[in-house]
Amino acid sequence: MLMGLKRLFAFLTLSALAPGAFAQEAAEKAQEGVQRWGVNMTQGVTEVSRTTYDLHMLIFWICVAIGVVVFGVMFYSMWRHRKSKGYKAAQFHESTLVELAWTIVPTLILVGMAFPATKTLYDIYDTKEADLDIMITGYQWKWKYDYLGSDVSFFSNLSTPLTQINNQQAKTENYLLEVDEPMVVPINKKIRFLITANDVIHAWWVPDLAVKKDAIPGFVNESWTRIDEPGIYRGQCAELCGKDHGFMPIVVKAVPEDEYHSWLSERAEQAALIKELTNKTFTFDELYERGKKVYNSACAACHQPNGQGVPGAFPAIAGSQVATGGMDSHLSMVVNGSPNNPAMQAFGAQLNEVDLAAVITYQRNAFGNNMGDTVQPIDILNFKNK
Amino acid sequence: MAHGPKPGFTRWLYTTNHKDIGSMYLWFSFAMFLLGGCMALVIRAELFQPGLQIVQPEFFNQMTTMHGLIMVFGAVMPAFVGLANWMVPMMIGAPDMALPRMNNWSFWILPFAFAMLTSTLFMEGGAPNFGWTFYAPLSTEYAPPSVTFFIFAVHIMGASSIMGAINIVATILNMRAPGMTLMKMPLFVWTWLITAYLLIAVMPVLAGVVTMMLMDIHFGTSFFSAAGGGDPVLFQHVFWFFGHPEVYIMILPAFGIVSAIIPTFARKPLFGYSSMVYATASIAFLSFIVWAHHMFTVGMPIAGELFFMYATMLIAVPTGVKVFNWVSTMFRGSMTFETPMLFSIAFVILFTLGGFSGLMLAIAPADFQYHDTYFVVAHFHYVLVPGAIFSITAGVYYWLPKWTGNMYNETMGKVHFWMAFVGLNVTFFPMHFVGLAGMPRRIPDYALQFADFNQIASVGAFLFGAAQIVFLFNVIRTVQGGKKATDEVWENPEGLEWSVPSPAPYHTFSTPPVVR
Repeated sequence: MLMGLKRLFAFLTLSALAPGAFAQEAAEKAQEGVQRWGVNMTQGVTEVSRTTYDLHMLIFWICVAIGVVVFGVMFYSMWRHRKSKGYKAAQFHESTLVELAWTIVPTLILVGMAFPATKTLYDIYDTKEADLDIMITGYQWKWKYDYLGSDVSFFSNLSTPLTQINNQQAKTENYLLEVDEPMVVPINKKIRFLITANDVIHAWWVPDLAVKKDAIPGFVNESWTRIDEPGIYRGQCAELCGKDHGFMPIVVKAVPEDEYHSWLSERAEQAALIKELTNKTFTFDELYERGKKVYNSACAACHQPNGQGVPGAFPAIAGSQVATGGMDSHLSMVVNGSPNNPAMQAFGAQLNEVDLAAVITYQRNAFGNNMGDTVQPIDILNFKNK
Repeated sequence: MAHGPKPGFTRWLYTTNHKDIGSMYLWFSFAMFLLGGCMALVIRAELFQPGLQIVQPEFFNQMTTMHGLIMVFGAVMPAFVGLANWMVPMMIGAPDMALPRMNNWSFWILPFAFAMLTSTLFMEGGAPNFGWTFYAPLSTEYAPPSVTFFIFAVHIMGASSIMGAINIVATILNMRAPGMTLMKMPLFVWTWLITAYLLIAVMPVLAGVVTMMLMDIHFGTSFFSAAGGGDPVLFQHVFWFFGHPEVYIMILPAFGIVSAIIPTFARKPLFGYSSMVYATASIAFLSFIVWAHHMFTVGMPIAGELFFMYATMLIAVPTGVKVFNWVSTMFRGSMTFETPMLFSIAFVILFTLGGFSGLMLAIAPADFQYHDTYFVVAHFHYVLVPGAIFSITAGVYYWLPKWTGNMYNETMGKVHFWMAFVGLNVTFFPMHFVGLAGMPRRIPDYALQFADFNQIASVGAFLFGAAQIVFLFNVIRTVQGGKKATDEVWENPEGLEWSVPSPAPYHTFSTPPVVR
């Protein structure tokens, strides 16, 4: 049965393409040029991405063939059948036979397209029997990756400096497509992505993997990939998610399996180290310095690097009631988020205790707030456990 | 009882005359077209180079949102209603619209709706910034306070559209001249009849979805919030159940206009009239069962993906029939290329290109790569700008001599056409490339590899904008004076509108004409 369908499909494609077959070779040449100029879809590095590319090109060439015929007749007619050339108009105006023909033939071409499309779709939907599961959570405006079955979990933020975005510094090669912590995955393994969001809808898209799936708050979507070649693959959020929608890139670093395992155990050790640091007492300067870095990656997008916020949209930290008021309300705002404004997220789940202590200390002492007090990681832990 | 219009401003305020109301709709829509166009130019100016130069991301998002809303609801839809007001009674031999007072009201609430929508730009927190598709929860829990004004404005626009549509249906079904059977009606009347039914069917759905938003925002419901047992994807299903027929609302009347113009300038009857009617009806039917092709990436079950993919592909069949019919009408005609014909031919070619990319987008697995990229932006601008805007422009040039009694300036019309044609293609064609190369839509800043094509697109956008100034100038000059038009205007055109004098008197067909 399936073989029969395949042969039928091959026949249909061939008959659709036959007039344009001579153009095939020229077309391949053109394709090479097209790829160099970055004007076409990537072929990518997975079987699915290559199949998708082939499907895209197949439909593209079918459209070109139809276009050549339709526009050919049209331009011929515009050239020959002009009043200025003395051409007398014919008066024919209907033919049931012709109408039937141009209803049925396109339908057959469409049926021909539907077969490979359906097969590819079934492949993409087959998320069974994965070697590895990664939970992807979209936040305004960053991604969180949880390697299920291990302690490894981290946020991935844009690492392009604001000075480049604001044109105060030359833009570097991977402008807006670089992050502090890429997702690291092994090659030749079936990786299942479980995709969700914490606030609004985002979409996780990496063109080279041909994976694009919406990240929807309260629901978990599935997708998968199996990467053939080691390399760094870049993508972006593909669903409008607020102010910094254009500034939450995705970077996937595909490495050989042993390299992946050593990376994973290194990350697990780091996580353990942070847990230890939670009990350490830091000096003011240590907290302030660390807090500044955390502030710039986690807070500055809304509250701005100078702490002045954006009037009407995001409140200022400088001189704010929260940052210059009681410690408990400041902790609550950062750890639990704002009860009134969902844009102020609960950072308790996003940052570790050390970073939370550092950033709160920084906010209370930077931008002229000068409260002179500090908060230690252990205080954060106690606050969370209250 | 030959009455002329009342003198002074109250003529426009109190008028129940279909020609006055048609003119007001057209001027209003042109004003909105310029406003929405200026917003597009802000967008293109910011995207001229990588980096943030002119506007900040918050304002950029307000611009993309307002540009979309104003163009769809303020420019395209009122322009078609304006053309219907002017032309439908004259085409079917009726003295006026069936419900003239309601006609006045459906126009006059529009300026208030758009004044309110535009005023949100000056509110604290800014205008709506969640895209013209306003997906929840970005448009509910995370929206600026102005969202409530946006919801009210949408309600008013919806009421206006529904009243306009009811009026058109009532006029076409009840007021045709003796002998004007349904299958003798001009295609513009047919396409508008079908469009009016689409409007009546889906505008209440839009009103419903914004009301659900209002309840979520102010009255504690959770239609679109998973935390309260709702579902953000429900929003998209309801929105696109309105949104997809809406796309055809913006294109079916265009089919009607082009089907009037091409036969006139090819001097040959329209090929396949009845198949055109059936194709329009099939497109309207299919438009109700394809909505989720806008949502292939939300994680529908595979059965859903397949159903919506197949149904969407099917739309290519009746649309293809229409294109083939237009080409056959031109074939072996005796063509001349006045401005309306140029815009109509550009319509057929460029709309077909938009149709091709539409077919590509219908293929679900390929759509995973195209979705929410500039490829989609290129696609819908290719169907909407040459589709809706070019056909409206063609219609205005075609009927302007009938409305004003004066011929427009043909040279200026051709200058307008070529500027618009070149500008449009320079703007939107490169968007296919950056989209396929991976540029997401609705971003204020982009990676360096997209820089060249964006720069080209921005230049094209300003050219396209300049073309509209030529258009405005040409229309104003024609209203003021110019070479007198004959009653027929063109060489032996078909239709009752050409049987009345130019300019068309304030009241036409007070006694119905007899159609053979």
